[in-house]
Amino acid sequence: MGRPGAFLVSGLSALFYKELLRFWKVAVQTVVAPVVTALLYLLIFSHVLEAHVQVYPGVSYTSFLVPGLVMMSILQNAFSNSSSSLIQSKMQGNIVFVLLPPLSYLEFFLAYLGAAIVRGLIVGLGVWAVTLWYAPFHIAHPLWLLAYALLACAIMGAVGIVAGIWAEKYDQLAAFQNFLILPLTFLSGVFYSIHSLPPFWQAVSRVNPVFYLIDGFRYAFVGQSDTDPWLGLLVAGACFVAISALTLVLLRSGYKLRH
Amino acid sequence: MSQATPAIRVGELRKRFRSTQALDGVSLDIQPGEFFGLLGPNGAGKTTLISILAGLTRADSGQAAIMGHDVVRDYRQARRALGVVPQELVYDPFFNVRETLRIQSGYFGLRDNDGWIDEIMHHLDLTPHADKNTQNLSGGMKRRLLVAQALVHKPPVIVLDEPTAGVDVDLRRSLWEFISSLNREGHTILLTTHYLEEAEALCGRIAMLKSGRIVACDTTRNLLQLTNEHCAQLRLDKETVPTAWQARLQRDTDGCWRVNFSEYAELEALLADLRGAGTRVLEMHLQEPDLEDVFTDIMKRT
Repeated sequence: MGRPGAFLVSGLSALFYKELLRFWKVAVQTVVAPVVTALLYLLIFSHVLEAHVQVYPGVSYTSFLVPGLVMMSILQNAFSNSSSSLIQSKMQGNIVFVLLPPLSYLEFFLAYLGAAIVRGLIVGLGVWAVTLWYAPFHIAHPLWLLAYALLACAIMGAVGIVAGIWAEKYDQLAAFQNFLILPLTFLSGVFYSIHSLPPFWQAVSRVNPVFYLIDGFRYAFVGQSDTDPWLGLLVAGACFVAISALTLVLLRSGYKLRH
Repeated sequence: MSQATPAIRVGELRKRFRSTQALDGVSLDIQPGEFFGLLGPNGAGKTTLISILAGLTRADSGQAAIMGHDVVRDYRQARRALGVVPQELVYDPFFNVRETLRIQSGYFGLRDNDGWIDEIMHHLDLTPHADKNTQNLSGGMKRRLLVAQALVHKPPVIVLDEPTAGVDVDLRRSLWEFISSLNREGHTILLTTHYLEEAEALCGRIAMLKSGRIVACDTTRNLLQLTNEHCAQLRLDKETVPTAWQARLQRDTDGCWRVNFSEYAELEALLADLRGAGTRVLEMHLQEPDLEDVFTDIMKRT
């Protein structure tokens, strides 16, 4: 990571750097492990379904699956980065090192969010890189890819900040992850098109913002999707604004951080 | 007292945690360059007061300012002027000592702070441990690192919340030497401690808190004069003492007799009676009143 002296020009950059260094020091756990997990999903699902399922005409199941897996990894790791950092700091008490200096709530937000985005993108790139052995390199719309990747990281990074602030124990954070984040990501069309679902579950999927992130991201790869990517962008953008506003309100009030 | 802006100014500070009134109208001025002690039993409100100064806790009402900067409205300047050594032995296990101090410098917008970081590490004997992960440091070393983190931005005001709790004698001594030297250089020190002898030796002024209120605040010298209870410990060559003194003399487990007195004339009278009874004094120790006596006395009275 180099000598930090030149980098630490402000409280914001110092906290951002600290957050990057934190996950980079345990990269096997924070970067390599999610890539391996995604690869296992790919091997199993593509092996079992490749010959039986074709979701979009002219698109193999593996090519359909890859964007979903990349996006799922992005979402989960962006969330994990900010949430686990905050809960660990709170549990270990070292959150005071961040609360004592003259950092504003906005700097606090941007630093944690920035680090979550970086980790989400690194893991996403890693997953995509290993899937290149199984699916051809093809990106139909690079700008859509970038927009959806960034929005996904930002939304989940902010949700992670809220979860990290709210949770007082590891099991509360685990509950947040298992009962909210995981269902939202799995029930969003990572492994299937929502058109293959009964009408009721299709309707449910359409109120799941993660569905739009995965669908739009897939559009960027294969050029086909279940909904209009502009609609997805609008939903994702609105989600980001809403969750950011909530996070900033919580941070400004000192909720569960400053008593 | 000088008329300069107080290093710490607290006015009518109140804070309630559910049913507990942690601070109940605390007002206090600490002048630049003072070594000030804040004493009180557990739950008296010391840590709450420090937390409000540090911005970790928000007061229900009242004001607090560091070097004239309000800790809420002008929090950036207030926090730049303040270094806090927290009571809990906390550390970030992801980083080594040098990284911890560089990052902490960065939070204050300080780049290229390595010269000062090296100096603090040298003074706190942390240099040999610079590349060690913080979780591999001993308890004493972790405490030193906390002190170093509090000093990394050269704050004019340093708050130490029970910094020597559970710390060995060597570290305690070296820590106080370093803190005293900072005080001599002009840093204002606010100390809370349960070791009253430390407060007596180091602090020029002391405030005593009880149930969220300041029950005494004066120079250490004046506080010590609040009580004139001296104590004499005598070893005698006989097992009995004159009848007139039997109520006042207490027998220690080691066979010595102990007597409290406020005027030396009382001691003279005791020695005369002992001589009259043919009792020889084999050994005698006099104990001057200390801060512990004053503290106990004030806590009882208030």
